Amino acid sequence: MNGLFDLPSDLQHSYLGLVGLHLREALIPVLAGLLLALPVAQLCVRLRWLYPPVLGVTTVLYAIPSLAFFVVLIDYTGQTETTVMIPLAVYSLVVFVPAIVDGVRSVPQETLDAATAMGLGPVRRYLQVQLPIAAPAIIAGLRVATVSSISLVSVGMLIGNQGALGNLLYDGMSYGRPRLVWLSVIGTAVLATVVDALLVLLRRILTPWMPRGARRPSAGNRPEPAVTAGKGAAR
Amino acid sequence: MIRIDGVTKRYPDGTVAVDRLSLDIPDGAITVFVGPSGCGKTTTLRMINRMVEPSEGRILIDGEDSRRQPVNTLRRSMGYVIQNAGLFQHRTIVDNIATVPRLLGWSKEKARSRARELMERVGLDGSLAKRYPYQLSGGQQQRVGVARALAADPPVLLMDEPFSAVDPVVRKGLQDELLRIQAELGKTIVFVTHDIDEAVKLGTMVAVMRTGGRLAQYAPPAELLSDPADAFVEDFLGADRGIRRLSFFPSAELELLTGPVAAAGTGRTAARDTGDAPYLLVTDADGRPLGWAEPGLPTDGPVDPGRLLPCGRPFVAGQDSLRAALDCAVLSPTGWAVAVDGSGRVAGVVSQQAIGEAIRAAHAGGRSDGADTGASAKVAG
Amino acid sequence: MNVLHFVGAFFGDSAHWHGYDGIPTRLLEHLRYSLIALGVAAAVGLPAGLLTGHTGRGGNVLAFIATAARALPSFGLLVLMFILFGFGLVPVMIPLVVLAVPPILVTTYEAMRSVDPSPVDAARGMGMSEARILFQVELPVALPVVLGGLRTAAVQIVSTATIAAYVSLGGLGRYIMDGLYQHDYEKVVGGATLVAALALVTLALFWAAGRLTVSPGVRRRG
Repeated sequence: MNGLFDLPSDLQHSYLGLVGLHLREALIPVLAGLLLALPVAQLCVRLRWLYPPVLGVTTVLYAIPSLAFFVVLIDYTGQTETTVMIPLAVYSLVVFVPAIVDGVRSVPQETLDAATAMGLGPVRRYLQVQLPIAAPAIIAGLRVATVSSISLVSVGMLIGNQGALGNLLYDGMSYGRPRLVWLSVIGTAVLATVVDALLVLLRRILTPWMPRGARRPSAGNRPEPAVTAGKGAAR
Repeated sequence: MIRIDGVTKRYPDGTVAVDRLSLDIPDGAITVFVGPSGCGKTTTLRMINRMVEPSEGRILIDGEDSRRQPVNTLRRSMGYVIQNAGLFQHRTIVDNIATVPRLLGWSKEKARSRARELMERVGLDGSLAKRYPYQLSGGQQQRVGVARALAADPPVLLMDEPFSAVDPVVRKGLQDELLRIQAELGKTIVFVTHDIDEAVKLGTMVAVMRTGGRLAQYAPPAELLSDPADAFVEDFLGADRGIRRLSFFPSAELELLTGPVAAAGTGRTAARDTGDAPYLLVTDADGRPLGWAEPGLPTDGPVDPGRLLPCGRPFVAGQDSLRAALDCAVLSPTGWAVAVDGSGRVAGVVSQQAIGEAIRAAHAGGRSDGADTGASAKVAG
Repeated sequence: MNVLHFVGAFFGDSAHWHGYDGIPTRLLEHLRYSLIALGVAAAVGLPAGLLTGHTGRGGNVLAFIATAARALPSFGLLVLMFILFGFGLVPVMIPLVVLAVPPILVTTYEAMRSVDPSPVDAARGMGMSEARILFQVELPVALPVVLGGLRTAAVQIVSTATIAAYVSLGGLGRYIMDGLYQHDYEKVVGGATLVAALALVTLALFWAAGRLTVSPGVRRRG
């Protein structure tokens, strides 16, 4: 019990075990959110009138504190990982929908016309033109959603120790061991930073056509970064 | 007078934008800096109001070093017009124009009434005053830009490619408007463009610059066209500089013939009664040109306009240049140009050959006159 | 047993409207935490964002700070601050400010950078001072986006201020936290509803502020 990373036995995990758990609880919802967001966003691009109400609903969902979300869900899914992951998936969805819609809409009309003129059907046009050009915006959303998700998992501690690294907070407080709290906070922050850096790397690999360090084009017409701007951590 | 005295602009990375430039910009005239992109023309302009500071040399304004006065005082004494007008999208047109007067501490009412006065001067309808920039066309926005620069009645106007973002028709209108305003106000205008035609049209003096920020030639446009300093300037002026130079010679010297002109119904016939001219110009009763009658076409009684050759657009005798006269002659199916007076009545006709002689005479005169030609000799059209 | 049933029960119970645990008290506490946090975050983020955006320098440093701040988990930070500083307002304010600064900072910077440079050039050419250019030329145009950043930050603060209850402070989080421990769903749902409503009011206020302060010449894109 003297090593820096030694944990009390009631946590039932090693430090690395908690890191793995944390990643799983944070990343699965982000992926689920992304998969759900793609069709929703495509629908919003197709049917313009649908976008404002969808934005409204997502904004309200985003305003619900995560803890309240967790507690309400306990009734249905119990004090489990699933209870933590469902709200995180919803928050990710909220970040992804505007990111994808704005990204896809930012594809210049001439580019789409050129694709149509070359005989690309709607599906090919979506997969080969719109989605790749929207990739930087989508990855920007992915970064925000992932970092936010990693931060929010900790709150799961409050519903029967489902907070992975966050569970250290409770033990640290009740056993009076600041070391455990530090381990939780620093560990979560490092995890978020590393995953964020990997996503930046992913964007570089996926979008070699983007000028390095350049700002997004035609800033003047950029829609307001509604909820995408700088999504934060727990509430 | 603005004197640019041995000015060099060197950037930290070593590139030289302007290289030891010296020239005098005369008061009350339009001086145009023209050259390919990267020749330092805009940098030169921006050094006059110290948006860019020279690395070496100095700029004197009425004999005083421009660095002697506070930079913002200097800038407020010079109007500044840029390519896309640079209007403030959050302010109405009238408030855009009133910007500098407000900076100078004018009251809101005085600044606004001045702004409305300027809107009229640059040809903007007063109803646009409360509009926002996005509600205006590109040409209108550019007029607002000019009005805004004139608002505090600065003695100097700096214009950086102000008309290059509008379409050619609108551009021509703006150029004519600028010349009209300049005739009324007599500002010292420094104008930057990459369009040599614009430079020749607007400039009293034209400074041609070449890549590397060096001055290639500084001369009135007529001299530029007649005596380009070197191959670069000649190349930059383009292949038809001889034709364009004719814009600077008036058509007043042309000897107009009235012999081959007849009103319809007079019974005269081409080739028999017209002397040198093989064709007869038929006019209506008011003396306006209808068309050319071919030899042998009887013109007694009402003439069928369908049987006449078109006479094309005539030139205005004395007002248009030799270039316009030659153009009419070249376009005319008969090789003869039709001259009209200010009210559109035929003043006479002139042959290509006669215009050619006038051109030769003008060239001979132009050379002996030397440098004092330029704007004083410039003729409309 | 649906959510609406709990909402009705919560707001119907007159006991929830009085005393130190009454809705008015908790709402005011929550508002107080949120306003202080937003004020501090704006005092930090706005000047820094405006200045770096105006000069165009320091963008990388700013992005680095924002990324780092974003990576810090609010809940963990709260517990850590509680351990370090003990009971009080400061341990709650630190995570809320850390949460709110990145969106304000980044959005303000981006908004200023995205202002069309030609009016700025024209303003400088007319002899406007840099301060005037910032406040009279750039900010009016950047304002809608700047307000958007503040709005995002405000909604996040309102929602996250609930964690204050974990370290024994008040605010609407009290209902959620107490409800969790007492297995009183009515309280949890009631608290969550109040927080969401407050967030919506915040959005409405920002919308109104935008209508009042953004010039129609800028607003046109809507």
